[in-house]
Amino acid sequence: MKHYPQTLKYDAERDREFTRRVMAHPGGENLYSCIQCGTCSATCPVSIYMDHTPRQLMALTRSGFKDEVLHSRTIWLCASCYACTVDCPKQIKLTDIMYALKREAIAGGVFPRRYPIPVLAREFYRMVRAHGRITESQLVLRLYLLTNWLAMLKSWRLGLRLIRTGRFSFRTETVAQPAKLAALMHGGPR
Amino acid sequence: MKFCYYPGCSLRGTGRAYEESLLAVFQVLGVELQELADWNCCGATAYMSVDEVMACTLTARNLALAARSGLHQMVAPCSACFLALNKTKHAIAESPLIAQRVDEALQRAGLTYENGIAVRHPLDVLVTDVGLEAIRQRVRRPLTGFKIAPYYGCQIVRPYSPFDDQDRPATMDRLLQALGAEVLRYPLKTKCCGGSLTGTMAEIGLRLSYLLLREAAKRGANVISTVCPLCQFNLEAYQDDMARLWEPVRMPVLHFTQLMGIAFGLEPRQLGLQRGIVSVKPLLARLQEVAI
Repeated sequence: MKHYPQTLKYDAERDREFTRRVMAHPGGENLYSCIQCGTCSATCPVSIYMDHTPRQLMALTRSGFKDEVLHSRTIWLCASCYACTVDCPKQIKLTDIMYALKREAIAGGVFPRRYPIPVLAREFYRMVRAHGRITESQLVLRLYLLTNWLAMLKSWRLGLRLIRTGRFSFRTETVAQPAKLAALMHGGPR
Repeated sequence: MKFCYYPGCSLRGTGRAYEESLLAVFQVLGVELQELADWNCCGATAYMSVDEVMACTLTARNLALAARSGLHQMVAPCSACFLALNKTKHAIAESPLIAQRVDEALQRAGLTYENGIAVRHPLDVLVTDVGLEAIRQRVRRPLTGFKIAPYYGCQIVRPYSPFDDQDRPATMDRLLQALGAEVLRYPLKTKCCGGSLTGTMAEIGLRLSYLLLREAAKRGANVISTVCPLCQFNLEAYQDDMARLWEPVRMPVLHFTQLMGIAFGLEPRQLGLQRGIVSVKPLLARLQEVAI
């Protein structure tokens, strides 16, 4: 992962097209009216763990610092709790902007290998594409195998409890015709 | 009273007890739930991270199937499903581009999107349609001695709050009071549990859930009531890990429908109480049978 020290920024780093793309999604259109008040950072339950607070990320996105934004862990730490979205005095839909940034990062392949959060999103997507439904047990096993198999071994006790209580599915959940569902979602113009 | 019912994937996995208790309680109250035939995953938070139009198409297929079923109200018990379905309705209403692409995709499959499907949370149906009085009449064992921290989580109150106050929701509080329980003041009732972070960035996710449990314990709760399968799992399943990292917190975390079932005098197995990781035996020992 590229490390960005706090330093001068240059106009050449700015990508206005990136800003326009993010703002074109429903929810992104109010970004220019951000007053940098910091309400989002204050209300966010995970901002203390972020490299850029939500407020900083909004400023960077608005100014078009694409690389810095997409390399930030902030977009992945957002747990979609929507606290910022409902508290923002300027009605900026920050959670939806975070989603747009995640999509930009996934489409551009800009995230560290084996970083669990985008891997979960990708595996979730693949499982739905294959079966139309999620089998939680299989999804979690895949996530652990791809990112941190050691953690899986460490949670053997929880695994056993889930099996004993019948909460760990051995059967694959599926819609009647998964191929038809996949065609519905992928057949048309992108 | 009859509703279309969208279970969602979690209620077939870790949240099995939520489905069992929901169906049992609705049956007692005479509300019929007809499962949506061939429903598919709502996309939760993951799909939106990959492709916006596809996420909406995936969710909209369920709404189109519901329209075809002839029932125009669909009950979605899982908070993630409840939000994804409502969010898709908003996205289609607000963005002509998304509406057009979703329509095209559905039409190829012989389906038509219909905006008129109401997506309802069971909590809303119970309090608004069934009514607290009807619920109170079914109580056979009042929840005496239950000190409940009512936990709503994020996604049924944010960003939309179709049936309750966004900052201080009270629907579940009133419902639990009708069951005879003591409902505690719990200011963290809409704070995030960490969602899927518990599985991806364990220490951050665990910390958020731990703070919720610690606060409930501080306020004297002996059980937490949840409305979401993921919140339930996060709060209940990792209490051992939390005890290792911080201080021990040991507390059963039940779905509100399980608490209803207990008050209605239903059998523990009907309510999936045996599926809990933290034992509910000390809690159940507080109950007193009341002859009616």
